[in-house]
Amino acid sequence: MTALSLEDISKSYGPTRAVSKINLQIAEGSRTAIVGPSGSGKTTLLRLVAGFEAPDAGKIHIDGLRIADASVGVPAHRRNVGIVMQEGALFPHLSLIDNIRFGIRKSKDSKAHALALMDLVELDRSMADRQPHQLSGGQQQRVALARALARQPRLMLLDEPFSALDAGLREQLRSATMRILAKAGVATLLVTHDQEEAISFADQLVVLRDGRLVQAGPPQELYRAPADPVTAAFLGQAIVLDAEIRGGRARCILGEVAVDGQQTSSSAAKILLRPEQLRVVPAAEGGTWRILTIEQLGPQAHVKVALENGGAETCLTFRAPNVDLPPAGSLVGLEISGRAYQFP
Amino acid sequence: MNRPLPPLPTAIALPGVKRHRRRGSSPALVAAALVVAGLALIPVGFVLWVLSQSSWETAASLVFRPRVGELVVATLLLQALAVPACIVLSLAFAWLTERTDLPLRWLWRALGVAPLAVPAFVQAYAWDGTFPLLRGLWPAVLVSVLAYFPLVYLPIVTQLRRLDPALEDVAATLGERPAQVFFTVVLPQLRLAICGGGLLIALHLLSEYGLYVLVRYDTLTVAIVNQFQAVYDGPAANLMGVVLFALTLLLLLLDKWSRGNRRYARVGAGVARPAPRFRLGRTWPFWLLVPLVTTALAVGLPLVTVVRWFWIGGSEAWHGAALTSATLQTAFYALLGAASVTLAALPIAWMSARAPGRLQSFIESIHYYTGALPGSIVALALVAITVRFALPLYQTVAAVIAAYALLFLPRAIIAIRSRLGQVPVELQQAAIALGKPPLTAAFIITLRLAAPGIAAGAALVAMGITTELTATLMLSPIGTDTLATEFWARTAEFDHVGAAPFALAMIILSVPLCVILHRQAMGVSGQ
Repeated sequence: MTALSLEDISKSYGPTRAVSKINLQIAEGSRTAIVGPSGSGKTTLLRLVAGFEAPDAGKIHIDGLRIADASVGVPAHRRNVGIVMQEGALFPHLSLIDNIRFGIRKSKDSKAHALALMDLVELDRSMADRQPHQLSGGQQQRVALARALARQPRLMLLDEPFSALDAGLREQLRSATMRILAKAGVATLLVTHDQEEAISFADQLVVLRDGRLVQAGPPQELYRAPADPVTAAFLGQAIVLDAEIRGGRARCILGEVAVDGQQTSSSAAKILLRPEQLRVVPAAEGGTWRILTIEQLGPQAHVKVALENGGAETCLTFRAPNVDLPPAGSLVGLEISGRAYQFP
Repeated sequence: MNRPLPPLPTAIALPGVKRHRRRGSSPALVAAALVVAGLALIPVGFVLWVLSQSSWETAASLVFRPRVGELVVATLLLQALAVPACIVLSLAFAWLTERTDLPLRWLWRALGVAPLAVPAFVQAYAWDGTFPLLRGLWPAVLVSVLAYFPLVYLPIVTQLRRLDPALEDVAATLGERPAQVFFTVVLPQLRLAICGGGLLIALHLLSEYGLYVLVRYDTLTVAIVNQFQAVYDGPAANLMGVVLFALTLLLLLLDKWSRGNRRYARVGAGVARPAPRFRLGRTWPFWLLVPLVTTALAVGLPLVTVVRWFWIGGSEAWHGAALTSATLQTAFYALLGAASVTLAALPIAWMSARAPGRLQSFIESIHYYTGALPGSIVALALVAITVRFALPLYQTVAAVIAAYALLFLPRAIIAIRSRLGQVPVELQQAAIALGKPPLTAAFIITLRLAAPGIAAGAALVAMGITTELTATLMLSPIGTDTLATEFWARTAEFDHVGAAPFALAMIILSVPLCVILHRQAMGVSGQ
């Protein structure tokens, strides 16, 4: 059964189309990440599901129940959808445990329930009476997660919940969140502008651009076979080359390489290589690429190369592991591993 | 860690659907805001009604006569002298307390706000009791300056503290002398503060009554109230009210024009680096005279006078019963008024904080303009309306409270609006997502968290009511004795001794007002 399904959802604010004809299904217990640049409509989509906005067209179902269409909808407070916002949105006047109990306060076991939730989100029970301002950013997000889980929601919405944290803590909380949600078994929709976060979090990755759904599918598949060069570049560093396709092989400035994807013979195709597929090898004699600049990034380096007797249009820039890189100015060869992907 | 979750105690009910409400505030909220705005327009309606009722001849004979001309000239002359004097004094005062190494700056800063604790008519009473022969224009100007200069001193200080000292440093590196820097860099950035404070003072002078009666200087407002007390609801008072209305409009237009279109870059709430202080050197005793003389006259004189009369009166003049009854009545009006005004301010404050738009800014501008109207016009309008359309309300507590609402709504709106705006909308949405209906979420989250701002707004209104004289005199039911009206009745009988306890009570009750305003101006976040 699908936990959430969106059918042809559109929403405009005045003349601006925020989202347009979105179709999406989220399986029970699965994790979906919506990723897109700011202004792509991802937050609007989340607010439509939560019930803070109403769609202009289309239908939204949760657990097979229609909760909104163009004319009517279930009010937000009756959707039983959990939501964790960017900075936690903890109630500043309530203690940690009262924040967690907020949605279930009327029941008499709410305290025991809240304490069990604190265990689930890996918060020590001794912190129950702390005030939100006494908690770190990561702890606040754990409280927000526990608060949203308390009502056993049918669907969990995460609105950039990790973006306010610093890098190390972000990864730690992300994997903790995945663990917690798996234990709670609730289908989750994460909205983020960070493609790395989306790829590592999701079973299903959805790319939005200008209010349209560009592509949806398993993250690895999208990374390997994106719908277009813009999506390719959005999901990670991309080397997009003009190529001639003949018999399942592409001829490009890097030489010949096997292709996936369309594999239709064409004299003006575009292919995608990821930087990890390229390897800089020292050339004894007759190397065809010259290293123009090397920009250090620590474990990796931005390497800019160009064909020795080609012009500026043969320039390539990519990240390479910072091991045994020949110095700038050297003549080198470039080796390709794996297959290139031909854009449709 | 591996403890299983206990089952959820309460089952979540199955959803019921509702029609979508498209964006914007709830219709009930908008309707409430519109009703309040409609009430605020009563004085404007009154002016239009007076104009439509009176024939041209009667109007002309009542308005275009030497007496009215004299009053208008006297009123404008007072404005032209007192407002610039307030501005110059406040600039000097603020520069000395904020930008120089004058000794005891913290004390002068506090004393610069303190005159607001002394109602203007108590200022005049102290003056009249000390220099009974000094009357007319110049004493009127002097006492006006002493009573009202903090209204422009406060915004100037606030703005001075926000200015980025980097601009002044840059000007200095470009070769300007410190005095030049003040006039070319600092002063232009104070323009909005000076205009805003100057307008506020001008509006207060226009509506002031008690002060000018005591120093025997007839302004338009004095004439209106006297005329009103002689003939209730007569055409002469009403038409002079229309003239006063026109003067108010003139001031508002003048203010709009003087603000200009130039924008000044707004900087954050605070600047990390304090501005450099100008060294006064050996001339400091001379500069010390500015705050010393000002506060001696504006705070020292009234306090000494009141305490002296109080002392002379001894226990016989204590009027224990009258004082108790007046304090209770004042508290009654202040609390009821504060509660009603706060309630009336909530819908529009909520719209401003949560759903700003064209309708909201239109309603806000109605309150901004009608809030500037003098108490005498408000009172004339309410009397005219209750007598004609709602006689049971004539001379009732309800009419007085309505007048307070018209006078004090803007300050409540501003206080509540800014605090509501600080409560993140996400908190209320989080509460809704956790199953609270929107109205419940608004009450238990947003209003709960904005409570300090709402309380501050209510306190400002309550303290305004405590020292309100003009409208209270004109509207209150017979037998009403508030601190202000009791004080007034006794001064009218030259009973300085008898008036002293009431003056003292009003001063004491106004101290919290000064504390609140001082904290706001100095940039202390009021929690």
